Amino acid sequence: MTIDFSQFPDKNGHFGPYGGIFAPETLMAALEQLNQEYESVKNDAAFLEELAQDLRDYVGRPSPLYYAERWSKELGGAKIYLKREDLNHTGAHKVNNTIGQALLAKRLGKTRIIAETGAGQHGVASATVAARLGLECVVYMGADDVVRQAPNVARMKMLGAKVVAVESGSRTLKDALNEAMRDWVTNVDDTFYIIGTVAGPHPYPAMVRDFQTVIGREAREQILEKEGKLPDALIACVGGGSNAIGLFHKFLPDESVNIYGVEPAGHGLETGQHAAPLIKGTPGVLHGNRTYLMQDENGQIQGTHSISAGLDYPGVGPEHSWLKDVGRVNYVAIDDEEAMQGFRDLTRFEGIIPALESSHAIAYATKLAPTMTKDQTIIINLSGRGDKDMNTVAQIEGFEF
Amino acid sequence: MTTRIDNTFVKLKADGKTALIPYITAGDPRPNATVQLMHFLVEKGADMLELGVPFSDPMADGPVIQKAVERALEHNVSLDDVLEMVRVFREKDSETPVILMGYLNPVEHEGYESFANAASSVGVDAVLTVDMPPEESMGYMEALQAKDLDRVFLVSPTTPDSRLEAVNTKGSGFVYYVSLKGVTGSKELDVDDVAKQVARIGETLNQPIGIGFGIRDGETAYKMAQLGDAVIVGSALVSIIEANHDKDLYEIELALGNKMSEFRSAIDRADAS
Repeated sequence: MTIDFSQFPDKNGHFGPYGGIFAPETLMAALEQLNQEYESVKNDAAFLEELAQDLRDYVGRPSPLYYAERWSKELGGAKIYLKREDLNHTGAHKVNNTIGQALLAKRLGKTRIIAETGAGQHGVASATVAARLGLECVVYMGADDVVRQAPNVARMKMLGAKVVAVESGSRTLKDALNEAMRDWVTNVDDTFYIIGTVAGPHPYPAMVRDFQTVIGREAREQILEKEGKLPDALIACVGGGSNAIGLFHKFLPDESVNIYGVEPAGHGLETGQHAAPLIKGTPGVLHGNRTYLMQDENGQIQGTHSISAGLDYPGVGPEHSWLKDVGRVNYVAIDDEEAMQGFRDLTRFEGIIPALESSHAIAYATKLAPTMTKDQTIIINLSGRGDKDMNTVAQIEGFEF
Repeated sequence: MTTRIDNTFVKLKADGKTALIPYITAGDPRPNATVQLMHFLVEKGADMLELGVPFSDPMADGPVIQKAVERALEHNVSLDDVLEMVRVFREKDSETPVILMGYLNPVEHEGYESFANAASSVGVDAVLTVDMPPEESMGYMEALQAKDLDRVFLVSPTTPDSRLEAVNTKGSGFVYYVSLKGVTGSKELDVDDVAKQVARIGETLNQPIGIGFGIRDGETAYKMAQLGDAVIVGSALVSIIEANHDKDLYEIELALGNKMSEFRSAIDRADAS
């Protein structure tokens, strides 16, 4: 059976059994308002033109598709292309989405923006668009992440955002999301919640995906121009999964393209200390949607571990859960050490310092590329740059600065 | 079928009384305290009990109940443990309705039918699942209904009239009106706004209306009792448990008892006026 991937989610936000709107009653009207507004603008020429202009002149799109020649030859297999989302303004793919949601916030007359953030890239991207539009901005961030992503905290503050360190629960991304939800319930009248990934209640998973599909749309054109054919494989890291779905979505109908989503195996899948719900989790309901989750035998959400704050989340966007079940995307895992090696490899062979999140995708390519032939191609989504990770890396590599 | 909750409201109405529904988190401050606290709350004038099922990510709760949940989860209190507490409570109290309040995931993990069977067999009367709006309740509501468990839905100041019909069709027992935009235990509620909203939703809703969120003292309870069929108090009690969490149960009860008396007498005063 051929699936028409463009027809998902259904009008209630379901991707098969996943997705939906599992939100407290106070938010239901706001979600419906957002859904209606998004439905009314998503095919509106004027809105799309404004979005395209912002992406071009403010974000710096299109981002290049770069042939990593030296590294490819070192690995001795497929030609590897990097989709350079790290070159976007603010340094990651996150801004593609915040630009879009900020336009919606403006249309809805909201004066205040809130966001959750893990690695801080989404927080920075939200603080950036808030500064540009003159909106108040509050960013919720797990207290542990505030420490390990300190450079991004400084950037958010400089941009005028208030950064709230969340001390509850596991003090990481999931707790930041809980706290942002609590803020939204309280301030729903004047506040727009910019969710940073393809999770949350409908319409967020579909809306964030749509804003991120610019990645795959460009990559598809660029690879056809450079190689005259579609790529043989796509690789992207998956935390919530927004950079991955952004690259994958326009290629889903292309059956010849093998697609790999890389989850963080942390200290190892067998240790339980990882953040790989698609591989090791079971379906459940968290943060407004039904999806694969890391949970215990009582349905309590489990603590996660990943070297990268942006992947350190016990759930995943519902569309990924569905793509796993229907078998269109292969979900694989890369542990902390492998990711660090990927980080070193790209830095030394190509002079590009990747984010630790993206390093998971890099590391998987070092396994996959040698099994492929020299006339085959891989596109990796280089979702962000690694400047923010200098503290973590310095600690691991044992140097000071 | 008429449920224990229906009967309680009928009886209260006949007596011209408003229900007082206290909330505590099951397992807070420790698992072996809960059943005794439930009996104590009844003794102090509770007409029904709301028992919180601990969940790791209580995204609609404020800091007071978050911490209560964390205390319970330190003891790994599970949904099964909560049901066992209700079973033991029912050994001595077959009258007072018990409403479980929590989040969907522990129930979903257990399975809707399996949960409904277990809840019904231990004597649970109703279930309120914060992150389960009527739109997503297919299967769940049917499973609860099949076991004559009441389905309590939240209605908030932001709920448009158009959504109330679904609450009439799918809900039963009573409707929980969230008195303010915010999390549990939030800032002061706006009495005039609640009056206006309760009048609005009351025109459409076919069930009794309980009012909760932000009711922290007798004075507020007095005003709410004049507006709704039930007054629900949570964070005000749970913060007392928090302040006394490492003390003997006797001392916790002493402190809770004062607060319960404050609420009960305020509501009785409102009913008499």
